[in-house]
Amino acid sequence: MNDHDSAYTELVDADTHDQWAFGTSFDDPLAGVDTTLADGIDGADLAMYCLMLADDALISAQRLAQWCTNAPELEEEVALANIGLDLLGQARLLLARGAAADPTIVPTLPDGSPVPAEDALAFFRDEPFFRCVRLVELANGDFAHSIARLLVFSTYRLAGLERLRESRDPVLAAVAGKGVKELTYHRDYAARWFVTLANGTGESRRRIERAIASIWPFVDELFVPNPVEQRLVAVGAAVDSSTLRSEFDSVVEQVLGASGLPLPTERAAALVAGKSGRDGIHTEALSYLLAEMQSVARAHPCGKW
Amino acid sequence: MIHFDTDPGDGLGAVPAADTTIDSVDTATACDGAAPITPEWPLYEVFVRGKRGLNHVHVGSLHAADSRMALRHARDVYTRRNEGISVWVVRSVDIVASSPAEKDPFFAPSGDKVYRHPTFYAIPDNVPHM
Repeated sequence: MNDHDSAYTELVDADTHDQWAFGTSFDDPLAGVDTTLADGIDGADLAMYCLMLADDALISAQRLAQWCTNAPELEEEVALANIGLDLLGQARLLLARGAAADPTIVPTLPDGSPVPAEDALAFFRDEPFFRCVRLVELANGDFAHSIARLLVFSTYRLAGLERLRESRDPVLAAVAGKGVKELTYHRDYAARWFVTLANGTGESRRRIERAIASIWPFVDELFVPNPVEQRLVAVGAAVDSSTLRSEFDSVVEQVLGASGLPLPTERAAALVAGKSGRDGIHTEALSYLLAEMQSVARAHPCGKW
Repeated sequence: MIHFDTDPGDGLGAVPAADTTIDSVDTATACDGAAPITPEWPLYEVFVRGKRGLNHVHVGSLHAADSRMALRHARDVYTRRNEGISVWVVRSVDIVASSPAEKDPFFAPSGDKVYRHPTFYAIPDNVPHM
């Protein structure tokens, strides 16, 4: 009996277990990427840059995770958790790259500790060594506050990662390639919710107006040029944040236009002796966040997970 | 008239307070300016097509305010494990289903008609493709 007898055997592949419900063909976007440092790129600078990008993602992920069990709808809860997990994945890859570029940044742990370098950087680093912008560490407010913050952050990060795909460091380019696909969805999600809240009821409009006004003082800090970044831009490894402002402005103006809201006029938040998040100067909100995030790992520095 | 609690303790404000009175229950979306606002999002059924499949398969249901949001929710909830490459969402009220009471008249008569199945017939050897 040959296969032509049944029209159905080609459709039903009974030998494999690749039922659609369990997902098929997982692949690692960073498989096969050359991890050696390209020449001309200083390891210490690259590590600092990786920390900047990674800490933005790590702290954002922690704030998004705080919506678990609190989100307004079940589907929003899964959506926010997914966004947080995407960012956590980017943070992990970037922290690992930073540790590979300059192992001296990794906090020292007791002998025999099985903690990998990226975990040590996430859970055993003190606050002055975090390089995230102050936008991501602000405490969560209501849902509108998180949506406004996610809109600003994902627009900024997407603009940066789109350009980072051409980095001379192959791992950064690969992480950027993966990140662009994730951030496209994050930005879309935030923009849709922004417009929905603005055009919904009087209550939701009041809240989204208040949210974007409270977020706005921390926007300018995202685009301040940074010496570490400038040095890496000169060797083609990084993206100059100040060049992202025009794309950011055009996207945010589109969203505000669709929402019928004016551009916020709040002044930028003050710097501390000319320094802010990228230099390790943070708001007190970060210290509470890190205390909660790091307490379990710090209690068991030799623990296996 | 919808009344919202102006200072809800939960800090969310996305859902009206418990003592809301509604003019009429309608499944129209809240984003449509002319439609009345309801406290419940309508239900949607979600269908996902796997990479190796030809057809969309029903995977579950979810709530959303309108069909574009339903598509985003389906992407968030039903594609987490790399399940597929295409998603359909349909409002549950648009699905017309057979009822269990009609099971016998609907499905039993085909049970003994084996000649309707293509493998019932022997293909002659000199017919190459069938």
